Amino acid sequence: MVQRDRLAVDQTVAALGSLEDPGALGSAAASPSGPRARLTVPAALRWLRRMAGVVPFGAYVTLGLLLPMVAVAVGAFQNNSGGFTLSNVNTATHGIYLHGFWQSIVLSVLASILPGIFGLLIAYAIFTAKRGNLLRQVAITASGVFANFGGVPLAFLFIATLGSGGLATQWLTDLGFNPYNHGFSLYTLAGVVVVYMYFQIPLMVLIILPALEGLRPAWREAAENVGASSFQYWRYVGGPVLFPSFLGCLLLLFGSSLSAYATAEALTNGTIPLTSIQIGSFLNGNVIAGQENVGKALGLGMVVIIAIAMLIYVALQRRAAKWLQ
Amino acid sequence: MAAVAQEGLSGSRRSSRRVKGDTVWRWVVLILAGVFFLLPLWSALRFAGISAFGSVIGFAGFASSLWLSVKLAIITTLITIALMLPTAVYVHLRLPKVRRLLEGITILPIVIPPVVLIVGVLAIAPGFLKSSDLLLALEYVVLAMPFAYRSLDAGLRALDLKTITEASNSLGAGWITTLWRVILPNLRTAMLSAVVLTVALVLGEYTMASLDLYQTFPVWIYVNAQTSGQVSVAASLLALFVTWLFLMLITMIGTRQSRKTGGGQITLFTVARQETRGN
Repeated sequence: MVQRDRLAVDQTVAALGSLEDPGALGSAAASPSGPRARLTVPAALRWLRRMAGVVPFGAYVTLGLLLPMVAVAVGAFQNNSGGFTLSNVNTATHGIYLHGFWQSIVLSVLASILPGIFGLLIAYAIFTAKRGNLLRQVAITASGVFANFGGVPLAFLFIATLGSGGLATQWLTDLGFNPYNHGFSLYTLAGVVVVYMYFQIPLMVLIILPALEGLRPAWREAAENVGASSFQYWRYVGGPVLFPSFLGCLLLLFGSSLSAYATAEALTNGTIPLTSIQIGSFLNGNVIAGQENVGKALGLGMVVIIAIAMLIYVALQRRAAKWLQ
Repeated sequence: MAAVAQEGLSGSRRSSRRVKGDTVWRWVVLILAGVFFLLPLWSALRFAGISAFGSVIGFAGFASSLWLSVKLAIITTLITIALMLPTAVYVHLRLPKVRRLLEGITILPIVIPPVVLIVGVLAIAPGFLKSSDLLLALEYVVLAMPFAYRSLDAGLRALDLKTITEASNSLGAGWITTLWRVILPNLRTAMLSAVVLTVALVLGEYTMASLDLYQTFPVWIYVNAQTSGQVSVAASLLALFVTWLFLMLITMIGTRQSRKTGGGQITLFTVARQETRGN
């Protein structure tokens, strides 16, 4: 029952994990003769005809997504004349770029766990309101809007609020607590986390709500009937049911904050070394001669980080499944 | 008997206390969230001032950048629908085994950072594409794929596709007629959701546009901030309200539609079919 109600995001993340060969569709469409030598010619023809319907899509994905990614991966190991080299990867994993990776990871972990928790609380508050309630309707629509809001406009909103001359900063100063005197600044990592929460929390609300809907009120009543306290209910019933979906959502939040570029760039003007901004500066042409391909190595690094995050997710998911049995 | 009655009483008292505690707790959470989300809007409004909204329109580059964004949104939406709708229908009808794979592939653009994707695109794109607006639109189609596919997929799943296509075929309709006159009208809500999400994405996309050196609306807002902060903030608020309007529109139309057909509740992520319990 719970399985069925579980989040679609989960399924797709799992689908992604089990996706042995992401190019299967594309290559199947592109190389008709393929490895199916055992098949008779008419059967192969029939198979081909069936596959014909997905050829446009396969071709588009190959050209617009897979080839560029291959170009990044290959370029990461090429010098300017096209020969093989490890110097790009070497540069990308040392000094300022290594620091950038760390900062990006720290930022993304903070900007996925904090909004994950707050988002869950808000989602639960929305969920316990009655169905068809106006509050619920407004909150869900607002989540949809704010989750899609980001980039430059968002940065400006926060500069007007929590910047050194912002409205909230002034109010806090009037109350005798100027955050800028206590080590906070909007233009540091902590500030960026606060700003990211503005789109991460609503995103969390949107993607965790379907999982919450899977918690049947009957379970809570049943738990109470056998004398369980609220804590016990969450410890033994609600928590274990929600946990796998919660992990899936965190993974999505992690990816979303790792790849965010516009907000951080507009906010910090590059003062915090984040990998996405460093890659951007390579494209903008701020490059030392001979290092043009370091940007590609950084890109490859980001993909590797996301892949590792996904592996951790799959491992935790498995552990959780075992724990649930 | 007495013990049972007493236990029932204390049980109900406990649960009523829980309900009251829940209500207080819920309001605390929601009010805090409300402050966090509304305060920046209010600050920005105060900062920009009402007059800035009027001067946004007359500012240099406003019209051309907005037009570029709208143009990109139209091209992207057309290509996305033309590509994704037939593919999604075909896979649902003929290749149900490929559905999982398709789902995996279409979620890739969410996982791969756009800033990495654009590096690769610029590395392999031929020169004539790099100098035209089309390249950006073509890549936006890739970025929009996760949202478009999920909307269409959810809509298709709620249909008895096999039956209606067979009915249509047995009445002598061809592939295109079936798609255009039978499937499409049934997918109206899902299509609307796909279109609005695509449009919202294109109107707000900054990373690829700025790195590809296009002055779309979000890029213009940023560039413009150097000359006039107030106008930029006003334009940011305008952008937010336009997105808001778009998304409100789809939720309203979608909800009305599904109330009429009993299809289910529409959310902005997917068009999820409500479980029909008890009948």
